[in-house]
Amino acid sequence: MKVEAKPAFTSIEESKTGADLLIEALLQEGVETIFGYPGGAVLPIYDAIYRAKDRIKHVLFRHEQGSIHAAEGYARITGKPGVVLATSGPGATNLITGIADAMIDSLPLVVFTGQVARSVIGTDAFQEADVIGITTPITKHNYQVQHVQDLPRIIKEAFHIASTGRPGPVVIDIPKDISAENVYEEAFETDFDLPGYHPNTKPNPLQINKLVDSLTKAKKPVILAGAGVLHGKASEELIQFVERYQIPVTTTLLGLGSFPGDHKLSLGMAGMHGTYTANMALYECDLLVNFGARFDDRLTGNLKHFAPNAKVAHVDIDPAEIGKNVTTHIPIVADVKEAIRELLHHEFDMNLHYQWSNQLEENKKHFPLWYNDSNEEISPQWLISQIHRASNGEAIVTTDVGQHQMWAAQYYSFSKPNHWVTSGGLGTMGFGFPAAIGAQLAAPESQVIAIVGDGGFQMTLQELSILQERNLPVKIIIVNNGALGMVRQWQEKFYEHRYSESLFPIQPDFVKLADSYDIKGMKISTQEELQQVLPKVLAFPGPVVMDCRVVQTENVYPMIAPGKGLHEMIGVKP
Amino acid sequence: MRRIITATVQNKSGVLNRVTGLLQRRQFNIESISVGPTEVEGISKMTLVVEVEDKQKLEQLTKQLNKQIDILKVSDITDKAIVSRELALIKVVSSGQLRSEIKDIIEPFRASVIDVSKDSLAVQVTGKPEKVEALIELLRPYGIKELARTGVTAFLRGNKPQVAELPSYSLL
Ligand SMILES: Cc1ncc(C[n+]2csc(CCOP(=O)(O)OP(=O)(O)O)c2C)c(N)n1
Repeated sequence: MKVEAKPAFTSIEESKTGADLLIEALLQEGVETIFGYPGGAVLPIYDAIYRAKDRIKHVLFRHEQGSIHAAEGYARITGKPGVVLATSGPGATNLITGIADAMIDSLPLVVFTGQVARSVIGTDAFQEADVIGITTPITKHNYQVQHVQDLPRIIKEAFHIASTGRPGPVVIDIPKDISAENVYEEAFETDFDLPGYHPNTKPNPLQINKLVDSLTKAKKPVILAGAGVLHGKASEELIQFVERYQIPVTTTLLGLGSFPGDHKLSLGMAGMHGTYTANMALYECDLLVNFGARFDDRLTGNLKHFAPNAKVAHVDIDPAEIGKNVTTHIPIVADVKEAIRELLHHEFDMNLHYQWSNQLEENKKHFPLWYNDSNEEISPQWLISQIHRASNGEAIVTTDVGQHQMWAAQYYSFSKPNHWVTSGGLGTMGFGFPAAIGAQLAAPESQVIAIVGDGGFQMTLQELSILQERNLPVKIIIVNNGALGMVRQWQEKFYEHRYSESLFPIQPDFVKLADSYDIKGMKISTQEELQQVLPKVLAFPGPVVMDCRVVQTENVYPMIAPGKGLHEMIGVKP
Repeated sequence: MRRIITATVQNKSGVLNRVTGLLQRRQFNIESISVGPTEVEGISKMTLVVEVEDKQKLEQLTKQLNKQIDILKVSDITDKAIVSRELALIKVVSSGQLRSEIKDIIEPFRASVIDVSKDSLAVQVTGKPEKVEALIELLRPYGIKELARTGVTAFLRGNKPQVAELPSYSLL
């Protein structure tokens, strides 16, 4: 069990450490980039990174939270696990928000945390934190390495667990003495057996038959497409399927891009700030087919009024999501792509539901998204439409959390998968800008735009350092309303205009801020300026910070107020 | 409703914490939990007694447990043919005179006295939780100084058809 005694002739230079095993294991997994931040407990690992610097890239963020959100952005764009490295204690606890965010939005991450040496674990040693205890509820799985020879196998397992089934974050906590330990073996056993982990991907044929039967009988069918379609890379199959049978599609917030927003059969996004058409379709449908969405409460509104007359079919790779919130008649535990392929193999007749499609078309025509346009000032919705136009709807868009996020979801019509990076389940302010860095690292040739609020941007703006350092042409567009807009909106609507701590009395000068990081910065206050400048900004080869001053009093509409049902939207176009 | 759930788990550090933490954060009430090794090395069995609101919650509980990587199998055995047992140690206030009275009470329960001191008596009882409960209630009037229960452990009874197929001879 213990590594053999060191042969007398081996010099230290020739021997490897546990940390070298770690780097080798990452290279085996095809990892190109580590998102990290050093510290005492990971010094041996950083030494190994130094030795391997020609073979693996490490990006030094300025706060661990920035590194993990960037890794999430990277994972969202590539579908591959983002790899994060932080030191013990405060380094690890600074990652918690990102781990929880990745867990609830099903993003694959492999997170390495340093730990104090095994001999002092449990003694409240310097920079000791119970990482396993803290992260157990917010990880798909976690490990504390106890023997150096287990490390390669654990890493292989972790990548497997993070990226298969329903993806999620896996934490590997490595005591410092293990990463520092000398090893003399050529290689260690990496074969693994996980008898308790066998995600099912093949749909049950009987359930598929039931679904086909329900589809043939349905008069008002609707499909809800969630992020499962993106994880399963099933967009093409989805398009083929709904085009064959002319079934309308709505998406969740995280499912945006899984079905083209400009498609004739698209109803737009559903949920709290979804379109009237989409929400009424969910309310009135007689068959709801959910592909890879988890029926989150921001989507369903009051469950009593959610799809009250519908037969519900739910395809999800995670069996625990089926029947969790919404009673499901046809449960299908499967990978979405395999399930849709199976459906495509069945040739069946569907009633052509003219009445239903006419009704939806009427809703689309009479109750589209709408806003008050002002003449000179920039309204935030108009701003997003302009960004969409100037980028041909082809940019990778990341957002922070708040009003701007909802407007981006509403007005940047995504036509392709994996171009939308947002924090849905946790709603993490501070996510948007670092996520854009990760997205740009994942797709160096793509146009990446971070649409952020003036509040959330201030949570992680220290990562501006990285843009010039890494030559990343991220465009940061601050939708600056001088307020914590979403909080202000709720206070206006539900707390009788009592704006408690939601208006910023002073703001930093974002142009000077950008300048201090040697980044081009500009302040835009009128529509005219914006139209002139925006195309140039997007074409500029380097990073830009655009401080766009927008109307403070705009609210996100339409809206399902908390506790209300899908059919009780307020702020629908009059 | 009260359910008896068994979970076969890999005997790895932290697995008990994973299970109890999961149930706690998903707001399930654990009435009792017992853990111990099984006939297979490295595999342990947990028996949980939980109080759940309805079938949907119960389904969630088993599905969420099943998602844990270190959990191999989860079964709700409440409505199956099972044998379930619990052990309780009960320290009762008792001076000399009451001692024989208490012994009379515990006798039909096949409980035994395992410790005697000047002013107390320690009783050990094994059986279904209801039986243990009944004895505790009978002893309560004498004054229970200390009570320790293991929680239920249980498994399925031997397969009925197989038993029937056995040649019928007496083992004694
Ligand atoms: C870390 C964190 N803290 C608090 C909140 C609650 N919250 C949600 S939206 C919001 C306001 C965001 O303001 P800003 O970033 O300016 O964006 P806006 O809504 O104005 O577009 C707040 C405080 C949150 N989502 N995340």
